[in-house]
Amino acid sequence: MNDVKQKPVVESTPEDFAGQEYEAGFVTDIETDTLPPGLNEDVIRHISAKKDEPEWLLNWRLEAFRHWQTMTEPHWAHVNYEPIDFQSISYYSAPKSKEDGPKSLDEVDPKLLETYEKLGIPLREQEMLAGVAVDAVFDSVSVATTFKGKLKEAGVIFCPISEAVREHPELVQQYLGTVVPTGDNFYAALNSAVFTDGSFVYIPKGVRCPMELSTYFRINAMNTGQFERTLIIADAGAFVSYLEGCTAPQRDENQLHAAVVELVLLDDAQIKYATVQNWYPGDENGKGGIYNFVTKRADCRGDRSKVSWTQVETGSAITWKYPSCVLRGDDSVGEFYSVALTKMRQEADTGTKMIHIGKRTKSTIVSKGIAAGHGQQAYRGLVRIAKSAEGARNYTQCDSLLIGDTCGAHTFPYVEVKNPTATMEHEATTSKIGEDQLFYCQQRGISEEDAVNMIVNGFCKDVFNELPMEFAVEANRLMEVSLEGAVG
Amino acid sequence: MLKVDNLHVSVAGKKILNGINLSIGAGEVHAIMGPNGSGKSTLANVIAGRDGYEVTAGSVTYHGKDLLAMKPEERAWEGVFLAFQYPVEIPGVNNTYMLKAGVNARRKHHGEQELDAIEFMQLIREKAKLVELDQSFLSRGVNEGFSGGEKKRNEIFQMAVLEPSLALLDETDSGLDIDALRIVAQGVNALRREDRSIVMVTHYQRLLDYIEPDFVHVLADGKILKSGDKSLALELESRGYDWVKKEAADTESAQAKSV
Ligand SMILES: Nc1ncnc2c1ncn2[C@@H]1O[C@H](COP(=O)(O)OP(=O)(O)OP(=O)(O)O)[C@@H](O)[C@H]1O
Ligand SMILES: [Mg+2]
Repeated sequence: MNDVKQKPVVESTPEDFAGQEYEAGFVTDIETDTLPPGLNEDVIRHISAKKDEPEWLLNWRLEAFRHWQTMTEPHWAHVNYEPIDFQSISYYSAPKSKEDGPKSLDEVDPKLLETYEKLGIPLREQEMLAGVAVDAVFDSVSVATTFKGKLKEAGVIFCPISEAVREHPELVQQYLGTVVPTGDNFYAALNSAVFTDGSFVYIPKGVRCPMELSTYFRINAMNTGQFERTLIIADAGAFVSYLEGCTAPQRDENQLHAAVVELVLLDDAQIKYATVQNWYPGDENGKGGIYNFVTKRADCRGDRSKVSWTQVETGSAITWKYPSCVLRGDDSVGEFYSVALTKMRQEADTGTKMIHIGKRTKSTIVSKGIAAGHGQQAYRGLVRIAKSAEGARNYTQCDSLLIGDTCGAHTFPYVEVKNPTATMEHEATTSKIGEDQLFYCQQRGISEEDAVNMIVNGFCKDVFNELPMEFAVEANRLMEVSLEGAVG
Repeated sequence: MLKVDNLHVSVAGKKILNGINLSIGAGEVHAIMGPNGSGKSTLANVIAGRDGYEVTAGSVTYHGKDLLAMKPEERAWEGVFLAFQYPVEIPGVNNTYMLKAGVNARRKHHGEQELDAIEFMQLIREKAKLVELDQSFLSRGVNEGFSGGEKKRNEIFQMAVLEPSLALLDETDSGLDIDALRIVAQGVNALRREDRSIVMVTHYQRLLDYIEPDFVHVLADGKILKSGDKSLALELESRGYDWVKKEAADTESAQAKSV
């Protein structure tokens, strides 16, 4: 997703893509402070000590670790991969210069800043022009959060979670693990034990966050896992729009990414959470790539609260991810808009869970899956209407688009309705980009490759419309780059 | 100028075109008529470059260039336009956006400045008027949910925007109501120019009342069996195709005997 903002979609030509397999696949040459591979209680103590954590958090981690040891890796997803050796992964990697703790962007290693430039995140520029506050997580440590001053004025807290542990322990302790408990699932337990950083956001009562908040994640060091933890709390009547972007360098080994994101919404609060995921997908033979096993959940505790998850998933060798909404408050609303693209040997099993508990709760699911090459794509969604959810409504639309004959798309919708007053609507389609559609565009003077991009972007429009403007352009372009060579 | 020379085409192993010869000069309007399944759409599709047809012999040149060696979009850049017998729907792709991409790809190919959004909007507003296409169709998905007649009207609108030098209109009149037929035909007439050739495939003389052809050809059994002026269309209307086939068969056997 680099140099995206400079180039509007309509102006890109096939030549732009020549030799461009994975744009973000470069390795930054900086000194890192990395733990040797392996996982045991000492490693966890080491991470916790490195971060100067209070006793309660260390104990919380150790408890999660002990729980994790009793669990087994889940295998129900529609994906295939070699077993992961959790002892061969390094659980901590930080750029060395970070040890001295940069206080502002000027103190950040220029090489790091260069990395962000390549990723299309000109921090300075964004600070001045775009009005986007960026927290950049490089390997496991947050590097710099821009725009702090302005946010502080509004009372918004936006910082690395490790900093929040030090500066706002009461908030972290009150909410951490309350949406995704440490023992929720295998990867969430692992994350709880070893998470190294991530973002923390608190929007106070009645505050509308004055700018988009944004985090960029990047895995750089070899054999490291990335386990970031994000916690966002929107107090009563608060509003925030948050975007995360992800990239990783091109490597032959598989790398593990197991993040946890927890969102808490009190009365009348609203969170829009968007993800543009472009982790390295591996090569055309399935070598390398990120294993992306992520737990994301929003807890709509307050009445009339509203959360929307929007995701554009184009990267990773394996994606296993179900951003979910627990609609506890009466009249609370959950939305899930997803575009997932799998090509080459990529596999994705993604979807959402909408748990309706409060009265008149409402959920919307719009999932667009695109498979090309030997890509495999599964939508897995659960809509559960509890007995208490009087008058709940769900609308699900689940469309798949196939490019070529060697890919596959599957849908696994699960519905559990315990209250007869619920209204459920479900639509699903599977289509193929037709040769007649391509010929029609070509006859009008559009090349085959541009025609595919145009049709795919048209297919994704309902989801891209949910993204903040500038990121919709980025998403469009990301799709084009990802589809390069997918036809013909 | 288009030259089709001894064109033989098979589809899925079945011979469809059996030696088509056709010469179309600048500014000329030709009508091609013929029974269902005789290969009229096949001919138009092969000229435009659709996949799935096997050219077993013959050639198609346009302004001296070998059309058959070009990709469909390259033919479009050379000025070839096909109004589809069955225009396809492309859900989610904005009609205007698609056309703009097409127009600008062609301009770029010819080293011309691409049109910006404002210039393009002016262009399409003006062209939409020509075929009385309601503005609301411009922002809809390409043919998405259009009625049969609306799709045909959209084809001629696209022709007006793309300004081809060779327009192949495959049964554009089918599916149009009486008023729409008149409007679309007037639109096509307005697009007649001495450097623009038009080939109309049609089953009905009625269209030719509006758009007067210079030549009328009968395509049957994979061949152009007879060519004439517009009076031929009138004759076909009253007598059907059998007499043309019979006449052609007689000529052929006479030729065979004389050898
Ligand atoms: N993909 C295909 N596979 C098999 N047969 C085909 C295929 N495409 C076309 N044909 C056959 O080729 C013949 C010519 O078709 P074509 O569409 O060119 O006819 P036409 O003259 O345009 O007819 P109409 O007046 O009904 O539009 C028909 O017999 C048709 O069934
Ligand atoms: Mg036909």
